[in-house]
Amino acid sequence: MLIKCPFCGDRPSEEFTYRGDARPKRPKAVETEVSDEWFDYVYLRDNVKGRMHEHWHHSGGCRAWLVLERDTASHEIFGVTTAPEYARKGKI
Amino acid sequence: MSYNIFSLARNALSGHKNWQPAWREPEPKASYDVVIVGGGGHGLATAYYLAKEHGITNVAVLEKSWLGSGNIGRNTTIIRSNYMLEGNNPFYEWSMKLWEGLEQDFNFNAMVSQRGIMNLFHSDAQRDAFARRGNAMRIHGVDAELIDREQVREKVPFLSFDNARFPIQGALIQKRGGTVRHDAVAWGFARGADSRGVDIIQNCEVQGIKMEAGKVVGVETSRGYIGCNKLALCAAGNSSEVAAMADMKLPLESHVLQAFVSEGLKPYLDTVVTYGVGHFYVSQSDKGGLVFGGDIDGYNSYARRGGLPTVEHVIEAGVSMIPGISRVKILRSWGGIMDMSMDGSPIIDKTHIDNMYLNCGWCYGGFKATPASGWCYAWTIAKDGAHELNSQMRLDRFRRGYMMDEKGMGAQPNLH
Repeated sequence: MLIKCPFCGDRPSEEFTYRGDARPKRPKAVETEVSDEWFDYVYLRDNVKGRMHEHWHHSGGCRAWLVLERDTASHEIFGVTTAPEYARKGKI
Repeated sequence: MSYNIFSLARNALSGHKNWQPAWREPEPKASYDVVIVGGGGHGLATAYYLAKEHGITNVAVLEKSWLGSGNIGRNTTIIRSNYMLEGNNPFYEWSMKLWEGLEQDFNFNAMVSQRGIMNLFHSDAQRDAFARRGNAMRIHGVDAELIDREQVREKVPFLSFDNARFPIQGALIQKRGGTVRHDAVAWGFARGADSRGVDIIQNCEVQGIKMEAGKVVGVETSRGYIGCNKLALCAAGNSSEVAAMADMKLPLESHVLQAFVSEGLKPYLDTVVTYGVGHFYVSQSDKGGLVFGGDIDGYNSYARRGGLPTVEHVIEAGVSMIPGISRVKILRSWGGIMDMSMDGSPIIDKTHIDNMYLNCGWCYGGFKATPASGWCYAWTIAKDGAHELNSQMRLDRFRRGYMMDEKGMGAQPNLH
């Protein structure tokens, strides 16, 4: 896979570190009890088959956090943006 | 028909023209006592043990493709029980014991070969970790030996012992480990289940789960509606998809793992060796090909094919361990979809739905577990509760905080 980093251009995927699904939001509440929200966030996954938004870190390059829209069934990449941009707009 | 010397002689005399198919191809019935979703190794083993151990024979195994088309036909065929944790070790040792009697049990030659498995270590710290693992195994009654560098050299003299950064210091070996002909495992369990009355229905994809009053009543499939009293999910890499039909979200990610086989070589490697530097494991098949693999590619995938960076990484690790294979050609590579769980350990359990059961989360270690997985899952389905062997492989362990994390990686499945 080639990933088009907004800062570095087309780079091979092995320069990047994968984190996973970018859609789930980290719960705000800090509770001492285990809440369903936290359990869901940490342990459960939609495990999308098809187009997924996911975090990739350009750890072997400019070290930017990126969000890709990638098809998990075909590995085709449809779009890339930076993580801050994704957080602002909620889309790629 | 039993396979034995007499049936072989009888069929030889008639020119091998009268062998019967090993299993039927029945039309699905309107309903079954138990419907198993997934005709891979674990699903077929479950059907086999349901019939054999519990007398439950009104069972259907629904396979969306052809029998054995998934991970049972895509793995690197290694069996071992060198686990450390309490909830895992007795289970995998039970699997090893079932492997040891399997061929007689299901009357099929699965070519179980206990050629041993050798895990190399390259530093003092790694040796200590392996010694600890070996001791944990021995406490559970499993064979394990720590051998030094010269003992490794006697067995596999062609390894790179004097690698400047990672010299081989020794190995942890389990002599009862080895390899099994993986396709024959699927065929043996399928034949054994079929002959006891189980219907194996191929090219039958489950498309929906029908619920009434909080219970499963049947499944919609590509070959029509099939009713059931109990539904057992066993869909490996597609578990999340199937569970979503019952509105369940699982602690799983699907990842692609690649495996490789080289051109045929003369007998060269008579054991299984795993590398302690990179992730690389290799054995030699009876046809002569080196069968090997490494890590998962590391990103979510349902594609059943991986990328070249992982191919390169695995082969680099292999050549670093056995420099002599640098000019051996790769014949084939392929990928399978792993149901990676949040702690690297599997799930065999009931679900919150009364008559629905779940078997998943095998990560990339499901093949060796095939007999015990089927055996324990069949028990769980028949008795509506876990056997002691799978009593810690619970779905709710993540919520309760009882992880079984052999590698200590946490809820980041691509690192397990």
